[in-house]
Amino acid sequence: MKKELSFITVMGKDKKGIVARISDLLYKNNINIEDINQKIIEGLFVMTMLVDVSGYKYPLQKLNSALEKIGRDMGLRIQLQHENIFKMMHRV
Amino acid sequence: MAITVDEVFETSKMILCQNLDIRTTTLGINLKDCVDSDFRAFRRKVYDKIYKNGSVLIKEAGKLELKYGIPIVNKRIAVTPISLIMEAHLSKDKFLEMAKALDKAASDAGIDFIGGFGALCQKGLTRSDSLLIETLPDVLSKTKHVCSFLNVGSNASGMNLDAVNLIGPMLKKTAKKTKNGAGCARFVVFVNAPEDNPFMAGAFHGVGEGDVTLNIGISGPGVVRSVVEKNKDGDLTELSEVIKRTVFKITRAGELVGRELAKNLKIPFGVVDISLASTTNKGDSVADVVKAFGIESIGAHGSTLAIALLMDAVKKGGAMASANVGGLSGTFIPVSEDMGMVEAVRKKSLSLEKLEALTAVCSVGIDMVAIPGSTPEEIINAIIADELSIGIINNKTTAVRILPVPGKKPGDLVKLGGLLGVAPVMSVNKYSARNFMKRGGRLPAPVTSLRN
Repeated sequence: MKKELSFITVMGKDKKGIVARISDLLYKNNINIEDINQKIIEGLFVMTMLVDVSGYKYPLQKLNSALEKIGRDMGLRIQLQHENIFKMMHRV
Repeated sequence: MAITVDEVFETSKMILCQNLDIRTTTLGINLKDCVDSDFRAFRRKVYDKIYKNGSVLIKEAGKLELKYGIPIVNKRIAVTPISLIMEAHLSKDKFLEMAKALDKAASDAGIDFIGGFGALCQKGLTRSDSLLIETLPDVLSKTKHVCSFLNVGSNASGMNLDAVNLIGPMLKKTAKKTKNGAGCARFVVFVNAPEDNPFMAGAFHGVGEGDVTLNIGISGPGVVRSVVEKNKDGDLTELSEVIKRTVFKITRAGELVGRELAKNLKIPFGVVDISLASTTNKGDSVADVVKAFGIESIGAHGSTLAIALLMDAVKKGGAMASANVGGLSGTFIPVSEDMGMVEAVRKKSLSLEKLEALTAVCSVGIDMVAIPGSTPEEIINAIIADELSIGIINNKTTAVRILPVPGKKPGDLVKLGGLLGVAPVMSVNKYSARNFMKRGGRLPAPVTSLRN
């Protein structure tokens, strides 16, 4: 199956269990993590996960809501965006 | 090369903190094929074509918003200039009926504004054009979503002063029929009107366009302000460079969404219009960008240079990012929709005269300006004619969107509501050009038009 790559961006205050909760959600929904990076930028914990959503069976809205819920529970901002927006904006 | 955390963060920050958005996706729809000698059938065909295309636009745009995590704020429709398709149905009632059909189609499809209830009359007025202008006070007061435009001049044709002279009286009637004169906010008069501008109130589907086209308007004054603030010590060349680079990025986002949306709708992609367009949201202000340049308040001497630099850098960044940059591309400087502009008027930093000077280098013109309702018609016409002559002589689009608010005097604040913001009533030079305006006729095309 052709890969469908999106970025999950997590922003906020670093705490235990962020990766665990998100990767658990992804694993249960047949979504593979291709790459994972994190950094402190402007005093903020920023983590990006490049994920392949081609195996996800439901509309993306559902995944988005599940990520938002984790974000609310843990006081973080979590976004899901197709990788093409970053490629277009940051690569000539 | 893999996308880095910093790059992802930069995009997220633009969207979440600096109000980067796709300001509008505007579907241009040709209505020439709806013309019918049976008016009821004609109206029905217009309604059906708009409703069908409009509802698909809303659905598909929603999907992309989700996919890319970038807000698509407005979904709009622009149609063939209505005067053109009404030439064989010359009655005021029918014009109003047609406007109501557009209004209902837009409303039923979930579209907030539909543009194109207007006329191209740069060289002369047909009976249909005159009738359309006569009907406008009723149209603008009895519809909610319909936007209107007139193109009264071009480089090739000069300026039709007879058409301009009809506008002052029309605006005054419209202002009296709508709360706080807000109906006038849905009318804009142009010279050199672009046929693919996606921004309201002046969007229409040009006669040279195809059947259905998608145009995208992208904005982001907050993003530009942020990079200017970060470069406090940069000289003008450096400032221009950082703005260019930022605008390149945001235009690419527009290009991506536009192309994919057009593909999903199975229609041709038209243009990306990269225009810094303010909103009433905090920080989403072109006046604040000018402030970040190092100017105390927009309107101060130095502001024209600032807008010129900004405008040129925006165009250059946009041109590099998309093969199809079009529309108005540059910088809007509306008054009521930009809290920094409102503040500048209130503290007397920005006058109507300085605003006119700024429009010589911005992308449109005198926009969302409230003036006293008692301003004589011929002075309104002269304000319009002055602004439009800047466009004719300088080979650019200029436009006027002005509200003569009944019962209000300079210094009053007029709440227009929603996207339209709050308009401080500006004072107008009381001396009149009545006898000059009365001459009427047409300003000949400028010598720069003789290029063949």
